[in-house]
Amino acid sequence: MADKTKDEILYDHNHDGIDRRGFLKCMAWAGTGTLCVMQGGVLKSFALNRPSDSGAAVATGELSFVQVSDSHMGFNKPANPDVAATLQAAVDKINALATPPEFLLHTGDVSHLSRAEQFDNVDQILKSTGKQTFFVPGEHDVLDDDGKQFRERYGKGSKGAGWYSFDQKGVHFVGLVNVMNLKAGGLGSLGHDQLEWLEDDVKHLKSSTPIVVFAHIPLWTVYPEWGWGTDDSAQALGYLKKFGSVTVLNGHIHQIMQKVEGNVTFHTAASTAFPQPEPGKAPSPGPMTVPADQLRSYLGITNVTYVQGHQALAVVDSKLG
Amino acid sequence: MRIRVYTAGLAGLIATAGILLLAGANSSALKAQQAPAASTEVKIDNFSFGPAAITVAAGTTVTWTNRDDIPHTVVSDDKVFKSKVLDTDEKFSYTFAKPGTYPYFCSVHPKMTGKVVVQ
Repeated sequence: MADKTKDEILYDHNHDGIDRRGFLKCMAWAGTGTLCVMQGGVLKSFALNRPSDSGAAVATGELSFVQVSDSHMGFNKPANPDVAATLQAAVDKINALATPPEFLLHTGDVSHLSRAEQFDNVDQILKSTGKQTFFVPGEHDVLDDDGKQFRERYGKGSKGAGWYSFDQKGVHFVGLVNVMNLKAGGLGSLGHDQLEWLEDDVKHLKSSTPIVVFAHIPLWTVYPEWGWGTDDSAQALGYLKKFGSVTVLNGHIHQIMQKVEGNVTFHTAASTAFPQPEPGKAPSPGPMTVPADQLRSYLGITNVTYVQGHQALAVVDSKLG
Repeated sequence: MRIRVYTAGLAGLIATAGILLLAGANSSALKAQQAPAASTEVKIDNFSFGPAAITVAAGTTVTWTNRDDIPHTVVSDDKVFKSKVLDTDEKFSYTFAKPGTYPYFCSVHPKMTGKVVVQ
């Protein structure tokens, strides 16, 4: 039998330097507050209480931002009767970061039912960070009005259903919308128009430009039985093949997962509202009720740091309690 | 002896009649199953429609009730009917006037699909 304490790669199906055990090990760390860094195609994990391993690079990071996801403002069921309080806890966490973020990304399901007062409430709570927030919608944000209200609030200058891109300190950010015009039996969808726009948007960028793509539903197939994937994500990723560093940030599944495939690091963030079960571990992906005193250990934020000259972006998850 | 045989014969007749009666009952039960379902309720629970497929007579009103902690919708694939978003315990009803097959899904969670057959 193999020595379980060793970190050697036993199976490398994707030729990406990560085997299942190594991935799961990083996953286990991720839930407890870890830094996962991709270097030369190898995922390395560092516990947050050992800053000497990686802290220096993070401390001198030139661009730091925070991902917040799935705040579900308006949700009031037993899985979390007070989602405003947990979003506030997330904001407190952001405000206490040693390196203040340049801005925030919210990867969707801002509201639970697309109601104006729910969006207002989130805006009010996020305001105390004093930072700009870039949003993409989740399916809960575009109910009944095809996302009209969401675009009016958060999508000024965006294209089509609300997609857009911007540049910060040499990093190219792309916000995609994959929760509109969903087809019966299907998964998330980007659609033809958005894919064409994406191809054009990145065409003229140098291959050394670090790319960060953010969207609500995972752009990798996590668990299709529960709709946790995007039908046409492979085409989108095809347009990003030439880039040396691509970081994909998603929400939707209310749990931290990470996968590395070649030059692409996929990452899903925890929710600030309630956890959902692990794939296939429950009859449905509905909200998971955990003991009240444990709830905050299932919720969290994600801090991302880019150091110029380094290929990898450091992705750090931290829980709310 | 003769009387006894006669009695046995009568018992046999009664038993046969009973079987025929049972058979009759079975066939009418079978007919009831093939007829349009009396139920017009569909529950949305655990991210699925239950029952996922129903058969009803033309003119029947079908009512969907969301029993999940998460909102859902009921949207016809062919855009024949479309509910507003249904939060927990909210309902949507539609009256099916014309015979046909009406596939539908939840536009928020498109893996959730169902079908109404109208006879």
